[in-house]
Amino acid sequence: MNAVLALSAVLFAIGTLGVLVRRNAIIMFLCIELQLNAVNLALVAFSRAHGIDGQIFVFFVMTVAAAEAAVGLAIIIAIFRHYETVDVGSFNLLKW
Amino acid sequence: MDIDLLSTAYSILAVVAVGSALGVVFGRSPVASLLFMVSSLASIAGIFVILEAHFLAAIQVMVYAGAIMVLFLFVIMLLNLGHDYQQDLKGWAWSMVALFVSGGIGGVLVQRFLDLRGTGLSLGLGLPNGNALDRSIEELGALGVIAEPLYTTYVVPFEITGILLLVAIVGALVLAKRNVEGGGTVDGGAAGGEGGR
Repeated sequence: MNAVLALSAVLFAIGTLGVLVRRNAIIMFLCIELQLNAVNLALVAFSRAHGIDGQIFVFFVMTVAAAEAAVGLAIIIAIFRHYETVDVGSFNLLKW
Repeated sequence: MDIDLLSTAYSILAVVAVGSALGVVFGRSPVASLLFMVSSLASIAGIFVILEAHFLAAIQVMVYAGAIMVLFLFVIMLLNLGHDYQQDLKGWAWSMVALFVSGGIGGVLVQRFLDLRGTGLSLGLGLPNGNALDRSIEELGALGVIAEPLYTTYVVPFEITGILLLVAIVGALVLAKRNVEGGGTVDGGAAGGEGGR
């Protein structure tokens, strides 16, 4: 197996672990970015074998990640103003 | 370049990337996690260079490690989360479940990638073979090879990307701005999108 793809799988698993075990919303966000990066790495590795299109996808993924970070952090700020915390365990308005 | 040098550099960068990723997950304060993330992104940029994706490596450093991570840092500073670490890992049982789930996802990915053996991706060394890509980089240059399809085949997604960024800017402003009309209540904008108008 390809070393880069192995690294990509490991990074994606670590990102998933981070999203699942942390409660801090900002750190969960960082771990989602880590997952996006793992996917980017796999796409670049595939683009070595299958042509340049994989790198174009990585370009778009980065753009979407930037937009997602901006909106997501704005939502976190808005939630923080309301609850005075970024612990996702305390955002229980939609819980029953 | 010398292939042994490349694989040595790759090994170092991969170890740094994985170690920093673990640092992000288990970092003690949000700022430490963020700095680990920057280090992870930088080593991934180095791996992009090894894979001859020079433009993406530059973008990775400038946009990801530069702009997006600084945005995260601004928010951490704004919310004043930099100090007084409190333990926010979930409970023991839940962490075990999380470990199983992420290990399972990693295992499935590894298994799927192992199935790719013989599709031109696996070399003995482990770094992918890129002869076709190397030739077009020779021909068009590192920037031209990505710019040419971006402005021909993918021109419509490229333009939509611009609209997406505009929407994201406006959305972030509307979500994060304080309520200025309603007597200056701080959480008026947080209650909902309409409350902030």
